[in-house]
Amino acid sequence: MSNRLLDAQHLVKNFGGLTAVSDVSVHFDQNELVGLIGPNGAGKTTLFNLLTGVTPISSGAITLATDQGVQTLNGQRPAQIAQAGLSRTFQNIRLFKDLTVLDNVRIAMTNHYHETFFGSIFRTPAFYRTEAAMTTAAQNLLGIFDLTTVADQPAKNLPYGIQRRLEIVRALATKPKLLFLDEPAAGMNPEETADLTRLIRQIQHDFHITIVLIEHDMSLVMTVVERLYVLEHGALLAAGTPAEIQKNPAVIKAYLGDETTC
Amino acid sequence: MKTTLKANAVWLGVMILGFVVIDAAEFAGLVNTFIENMLVTIGINVILATGLNLIIGFSGQFSLGHAGFMAIGAYATGIITQSIATPLGFYLSMIVGIFVAIIAALIVGIPTLRLRGDYLAIATMGAAEIIRILINNLKITNGAAGLFNIPALASWATVYTIMCVTTIVTVNFIHSRGGRAVMSVREDEIAAEAMGINTTRWKLAAFVFGAATAAIGGSLHAAYIQTIAPSDFNIMASIAILIIVVLGGVGSITGTFVAAIVLGALDTILQNFGTLRMIIYSLALILIMIFKPTGLLGNWELSFKRLNHHKEVSAHE
Repeated sequence: MSNRLLDAQHLVKNFGGLTAVSDVSVHFDQNELVGLIGPNGAGKTTLFNLLTGVTPISSGAITLATDQGVQTLNGQRPAQIAQAGLSRTFQNIRLFKDLTVLDNVRIAMTNHYHETFFGSIFRTPAFYRTEAAMTTAAQNLLGIFDLTTVADQPAKNLPYGIQRRLEIVRALATKPKLLFLDEPAAGMNPEETADLTRLIRQIQHDFHITIVLIEHDMSLVMTVVERLYVLEHGALLAAGTPAEIQKNPAVIKAYLGDETTC
Repeated sequence: MKTTLKANAVWLGVMILGFVVIDAAEFAGLVNTFIENMLVTIGINVILATGLNLIIGFSGQFSLGHAGFMAIGAYATGIITQSIATPLGFYLSMIVGIFVAIIAALIVGIPTLRLRGDYLAIATMGAAEIIRILINNLKITNGAAGLFNIPALASWATVYTIMCVTTIVTVNFIHSRGGRAVMSVREDEIAAEAMGINTTRWKLAAFVFGAATAAIGGSLHAAYIQTIAPSDFNIMASIAILIIVVLGGVGSITGTFVAAIVLGALDTILQNFGTLRMIIYSLALILIMIFKPTGLLGNWELSFKRLNHHKEVSAHE
């Protein structure tokens, strides 16, 4: 209990008459790698959207452990939740396409550096110092993930796999405590997926953060995660270690269908 | 740092050169009142369009109410300089105009910036109309007749200098932490929020900034033209500024300059063609929109820093 980071209790989301997420309770601990799986339409991305505030919850409670004690995230806008330390990537990549790779990363650092309005329009020495510090920090981050050579390119010019990597780097630039990855391996070939597996392990090791990932690629999920949640029809079907989940009859039924019906 | 300094020096040189060229032309008698009027109109249009480009091109919010904020600046100058007819009074009136425009922009912006696209355009257009109708019915603004005999406190040199200052301030803002946050809102609002950017706040910042520059443009307009009436600030005035932004390239300050100069010159040259002028003018617009829908320059910017960098790179090769 002591290292509990994010706790979500009894989350419900109704879209009109449709219940996309019904009574789901999940929790993520410090420096943990958790997977979230389930068939298409199970509500995985909706759950991410609820946790990061992109869509407001219908009912339930989300709390985050911070240095100042436990803080509730209910009803906060996505920007406040991001500032509290939850960052994410998107299923369909959402980069700032026309801006350079460097600017994509620097934008994510907005809240960690302070420039006054008058400082920036009159170019005070303090302004140049902040800009330089910000640029150095962004370049260091790009260096770690082999993106230095493309730093001045507009994000839209990058190949698909690199765009996915940049989105992860951008999310890391917000200095999160918890990183949500929404299908990071979607559309990748086996080689790129293997690279991604290494990357995710490296991030967890170097940045000491909690990573939650939605993924359909079972080889990736089963090798990297420590714990799994399985969603089906908006409800929590099972939770446990990859080994437990692989043997869980309910999960096998959800993915492969009932033996007796076929 | 060194390349930045060098590029800034080049820009300063360009600005001084521009001033000297106009001054020399004026001295040599090449500039009659007609041409001077054209130059000043271009200058004021650059100020107005740069501010609007910050709203439309950089924060991605579609505003059709720019003339409303321009009217606030113009009337502030018109009213105040009639009692204090000194340069000091003029600058004071400009500051008052900026201040009132900022307050108006906050009042308009806080509720309307939640809207998107067409709705925002209509809401801002409505706000500008409210400002115009208020001016039309107030005693202090002399109603529909407007104000005349406003002291001539702005020369072409004043307009030129203030144009340079507002452009520097705007460009400096764009190339800062705030400017990047504003652009992230244009690029992808959901992603910007997820990265901790308070999108409402930065949209409002761009909107208020744009309104303030519109007030400056209005102030100069009043002090140079010396006559203002509510009908000068109707929806067509907002659209005229919008045309400059769209034609030059949404998201390009360089484009705004080019479009303001081209349209200003075109407008003057076509005066000789009488009614044919409007046909040629609109034909030029349609042709550009067909063959270059992103505007003359798209979002390309002239950068001496980059030019210099290219030169150094090719010198090393």
